[in-house]
Amino acid sequence: MKSSSAAAAGSRKGPLGRLADFLDDRTGYRAVMHEALYERVPGGARWRYVWGSTLVFAFMTQLITGLFLWASYSASAQTAWESVYYIQHEMAGGWLLRGIHHFMAQAMVVLLALHLLQVVIDGAYRAPREVNFWLGLVLMMLVLGMALTGYLLPWDQKGYWATIVATNLAGIVPVFGPSIQQLVIGGTEYGHHTLTRFFALHAGFLPGALILMLVVHLSLFRKHGLHAKQPITKPDAMFWPDQVLKDAVAMLAVMAVVLGVILVPALKAMLAGEPVHAGHLGAELGAPADPSLPYAAARPEWYFLFLFQFLKVFEGWGATGEFLGAIVVPGLIMGVMFLMPILGNWKLGHRFNVAFTLGVIAGAGLLTALALNEDYYALWVDKAPLAEAQKLYDETGGDEAKLTAALGGDKAKLAAIEKQWETLEKIRRSQAFLDAAKQAKLDAARAIELAGRPEKIPPAGMLELVRADAKLQGPRLFAQHCASCHAHVDPQAPAAAAILAKSSAANLFEFGRASWMRGLLDPAQVAGPAYFGNTAHKDGDMVSFVQGDLADADQWKKDDIEAVIVAMAGEAGLAAPGVQPAMLEKGRALVADGERCGGCHKVGDNGTALGSAPDLTGWGSREWLVGIITDPTHERFYGDSNDRMPSFGKAAEGAAPMLSPQQIGLLADWLRGEWYRP
Amino acid sequence: MSRQSPDPAPGRRSFLTEALAIACGGLATLTPVAAGVWAFLDPLRRKGGAASFLPVTELAAVPDDGVPRQFAVIAERADAWTGFAAEPIGAVYLRRGKGSDTVEALSATCPHAGCFVEMEPTGRCFRCPCHNSTFTLEGGIVAPSPSPRPMDGLECRVAKNGSVEVKWERFRAGVAEKIVQ
Ligand code: FES
Repeated sequence: MKSSSAAAAGSRKGPLGRLADFLDDRTGYRAVMHEALYERVPGGARWRYVWGSTLVFAFMTQLITGLFLWASYSASAQTAWESVYYIQHEMAGGWLLRGIHHFMAQAMVVLLALHLLQVVIDGAYRAPREVNFWLGLVLMMLVLGMALTGYLLPWDQKGYWATIVATNLAGIVPVFGPSIQQLVIGGTEYGHHTLTRFFALHAGFLPGALILMLVVHLSLFRKHGLHAKQPITKPDAMFWPDQVLKDAVAMLAVMAVVLGVILVPALKAMLAGEPVHAGHLGAELGAPADPSLPYAAARPEWYFLFLFQFLKVFEGWGATGEFLGAIVVPGLIMGVMFLMPILGNWKLGHRFNVAFTLGVIAGAGLLTALALNEDYYALWVDKAPLAEAQKLYDETGGDEAKLTAALGGDKAKLAAIEKQWETLEKIRRSQAFLDAAKQAKLDAARAIELAGRPEKIPPAGMLELVRADAKLQGPRLFAQHCASCHAHVDPQAPAAAAILAKSSAANLFEFGRASWMRGLLDPAQVAGPAYFGNTAHKDGDMVSFVQGDLADADQWKKDDIEAVIVAMAGEAGLAAPGVQPAMLEKGRALVADGERCGGCHKVGDNGTALGSAPDLTGWGSREWLVGIITDPTHERFYGDSNDRMPSFGKAAEGAAPMLSPQQIGLLADWLRGEWYRP
Repeated sequence: MSRQSPDPAPGRRSFLTEALAIACGGLATLTPVAAGVWAFLDPLRRKGGAASFLPVTELAAVPDDGVPRQFAVIAERADAWTGFAAEPIGAVYLRRGKGSDTVEALSATCPHAGCFVEMEPTGRCFRCPCHNSTFTLEGGIVAPSPSPRPMDGLECRVAKNGSVEVKWERFRAGVAEKIVQ
């Protein structure tokens, strides 16, 4: 049967028609097209048949966008993050390309579930279509494999840690597990070969296998014909154009959803009158992978969240539990699915199949909801009724014996409070996740800011830049090494009082600046918790000087004190812009004066000997800070009267100091607020 | 599947369906293609940095015997996302006549197809190893030559402190005119 349009094209014999004739003579393409398009659709075109086509479309989209991404991606530990950054933030349209690839992958997982559900509900796996159903299951696993491998390729914190978990799970397979793991990651450490292998899997092996299987899947589908939903009430139709139109509309809808996800944030920003940064649209890019930096926000992509949660069911079972949860149970579920075509021969078997599939999907949905609830619990739980429990927790430090004593043996109340403590624990865990996720966002934003410097990224990669950044590393080093004694909090902040009360050394917020010095020279503050109040210098010479001499308006005029403050900030190199030189000069002279500060402190060459008080030459400068952090017991600083502060940069022969010179420099830079600003 | 064989419905309705199907399918498929092509064309937006004078060596290091010597051109360089500190990015030949205080510079890039032009071991002429273009020590063309033009001279100046600076430029290969790339 010749199609009417083909015949018409032949009879018109325009130049196009003649070209078509020429080609058809030599290739027979019309017959092929006819074969492809004029497939009978029993009962007419229906929307429920579109899922398979949308999946093929989604895969084609991934193939196209993937190839273009490939043209700009570089798989190595020093270039993967960097090249993805370049695609996302510097290449025109890179954000759109990557966004489509990222979200279409997620759409594909959803479409897979719908396609599977439709096939099972319609019983389309029954004879003679068993083999095609099995092929479909293999295709599904290939798609999931591509999702899993693609997650690592940007080599950011998120992908890196999620992949560590996934590959470690592969490692618990008995006998072959460790070898499989080592093969997949290309050695014993994660690095260049992990990326090259994941990339080859993601862009070569898996899609190659998928295309082969898909060809067989589709030809078997054509061989058996469409499995029509019974009962058939309408006349048959042809695949072209009726079903094709429905398929095409569905594809367009899928693409519209993907574009919507990418572009809605831009629309929101525009409506709010905020600037739109194209690089921030579409797929996220986290901070570069750092094996030395814990990442508490590590979670798999949302469609694997149910597996992540499922593993928690087996918590406490050790490796056996993980083996059960990650391999045995999912394996069994896949096994049952493979048996479906055989089970489906019985009426009851088909019902079981439908119930089983719905059950698995519902279960996965439930587990996903549970996982989300655990992570975001702190956002929606009402904390008001827990106030008393929280108070008791703070008082007793969570100690059960103390709680029993506090409640005076009230058993019912004890049980109630303990239950609330469990809720509080859940809130704390959720809050920890939320904090980590927030921190991850800040880290990512900073890394992207640094990568955009005019000097670009050093050849050693982004991690080098991130590790040398005071703004990123300062707070971490401070929290690890300094915060057990020192506070670093804006005294005006609402929580400042509570934080200062707990600190046992000076508050270093804005150390080196006039604001800090003004507090130190304030008789009301010098012996407070922000300065010497919680230290051995509480009753020292400096405190008595500030509270005695300085407080005496006859000895120290207000202007003089202000001049000293300005001069000290000047020593640090942190004087406010627009300070008058005369004021600086006056302050310097007062500081050096042997009758005033210079009586105890050495400043420049004022002749005062070291040993009685810290040297104020270059006080608060980078060099001065590096010096005091390295060794506060040096005679230039506190000497013998040093109060508890460790010498972070000094070590016994052969041992490593607590902090490297680079780390100390980062702390000094951070305290002084010196870091790259765009 | 025992129904009547349906002939594809002829007429306007069918045409409309066909047109709509092609439009929707085409639009859906063209979206990723468009995004891909957009990103793929990104390199066309990028311009080479403006040519600038780069210090190559000291005047004293260029012997005044009229024989060209090869020197590396060193500069900071950016490659997509990577910024490189100063490193060799190419080479030039510098030549100084007897007792002269001026230096002439020739780019070592062959004007034919971009190979690296070398000095003959005899020191009497330049020869490109790829297709045997030969040039005089002044860079002039020696017929017969695959190269359509003489070696490319580069602007060169000697700073007060004796530093020899070359204006580093690349030119289009394979054409008779010297066109800055
Ligand atoms: S490239 Fe030099 S002769 Fe062809």
